[in-house]
Amino acid sequence: MITVRQVTKTFVARGREVSALLPTSLDIPAGAFVSFVGPSGCGKSTLLNMIAGIIPPSSGAVEHGGRVVNGINTHVGYMTQADSLLPWRTTEQNVAFPLVLRGQGKAEIEARVAKMLDMVGLSNFRQQFPSELSGGMRKRVALAQVLAYDPETLLMDEPFGALDAQLKLVMQAELARIWEETRKTIVFVTHDLAEAIALSDHVVIFSGRPGRIKAIKQIDLPRPRDVFKLQFDPAFREIYNELWDALAPEIGVGAVRT
Amino acid sequence: MSDKALETELPAAQPSAAVLQVERAETRKRWGIRIGQVLIGLAILGIWQFASGRLIDDFFISSPIAVAVKLWIWTRNGTLANAFAYTMQAMVLGFIIGSVSGFIIGFLLGRSDTAAKLFDPYITAIYCLPKIALAPLLIMWFGIGLESKVAMAALIVFFLVFLNTFAGVRDVSAIHINAARIMGANGWQLLRYVIFPSAAAWVLTGLKVSVPYALIGAVVGELISSNRGIGFLIGQASGMFDTAGVFAGLVVLAVTGMVLNSALKALETHLLRWRELK
Repeated sequence: MITVRQVTKTFVARGREVSALLPTSLDIPAGAFVSFVGPSGCGKSTLLNMIAGIIPPSSGAVEHGGRVVNGINTHVGYMTQADSLLPWRTTEQNVAFPLVLRGQGKAEIEARVAKMLDMVGLSNFRQQFPSELSGGMRKRVALAQVLAYDPETLLMDEPFGALDAQLKLVMQAELARIWEETRKTIVFVTHDLAEAIALSDHVVIFSGRPGRIKAIKQIDLPRPRDVFKLQFDPAFREIYNELWDALAPEIGVGAVRT
Repeated sequence: MSDKALETELPAAQPSAAVLQVERAETRKRWGIRIGQVLIGLAILGIWQFASGRLIDDFFISSPIAVAVKLWIWTRNGTLANAFAYTMQAMVLGFIIGSVSGFIIGFLLGRSDTAAKLFDPYITAIYCLPKIALAPLLIMWFGIGLESKVAMAALIVFFLVFLNTFAGVRDVSAIHINAARIMGANGWQLLRYVIFPSAAAWVLTGLKVSVPYALIGAVVGELISSNRGIGFLIGQASGMFDTAGVFAGLVVLAVTGMVLNSALKALETHLLRWRELK
């Protein structure tokens, strides 16, 4: 359960105050898959980083699992578009890393790492360094890493943003499957509306800067969903059109018309 | 490279004929280069030997044979071992003192923005100073014994390791730090698992380049004032117009530098094997 209460964020840049996020309130129930969608600079990543405790809110408060987030939130798993794997650790060392930090026993770690690598299908790549893996494989290692220590919540900031279109679908399918198995709370930031609808229970649409929540839509598509074929489903198209109408003005589609 | 391609390629345990052929060609090429390197060396020695006394007065350039004889004499009467041990001692001590202090101070300043800014102009000033110009001062402070050579080597090494460590610590990615902290890393774990390994590439580079400089420091100290060491042998031979002796000393230094460098390269390759494979 994540509660965002009247949270704002302003940055001071070049002597000017810039508002990144207007007062925002939001409840994310435990076990829900929620996506934040919006144009660049709409504050969606800012809000995610405030849940992670990387940046403090300018006002208001974020609560995670009944605790007010005050400093780095170690009850979440955090995955970004940038590679956060440690390049000097092999696949299994990276997955083991959060467990090593917790001082777990060797046998315990080994068993857990084996299970996680099996889950993401990388059991044959235990000894490889990240530089020896493809982009998609690195994402799977990162996923295995955040799942290894079983955090209550996964925070994902455009995790598949750098992947090509096909691979992105493969990773979405994998994430959907893992979410159905683990039922973790997932907050997923993306600017890909189709991705958000395909994965989520709730899609939150943000307006352009300064960011605020423009619309929240519950996605009632039945699960398990087939992310590869979902885009041909009329129910999906209907939701997509509805949300697109909310999102389009924010990303300046209207402004292009002459 | 796509996932699929990698996954299907990997299980092939038996190298194919094409793989073997490429490997054989690469091996041939490597040996070709080695042989070529040896031939170049022999050619230089041959030309040197031929020119000596014929084209150029052997008073100036001596000759490979005279140098070899000199080295043999030095080896036989223990001069070489004695001088070599002395120079190595100065170099190794200087290297250890310089690199440890350079690492610690570089690390501390690298972790503190304020300290880094406060000391910046002074670090730049000392960095720009040719360290060799400090030799007379060091001799005044430490005398003409081993201490001044150690100090000379340590001073040069200190700056190289310091600057590299400093840069390495500043270079640690914020993404890695945040990710590790969210995964639960405390301050010490952050140092041990993220900052040290991340800075290691820089520190190792600093250590690698500073080894030959430690040798320079020790030898310069010996050249300026000493009665022992390879630098002293070179200086003494030069004072007696013994060109073969000067060359013999230089050969010893060149070989020493080469051996140390390849040892460090092997160490670096092993420690940084996680880097992008080329």
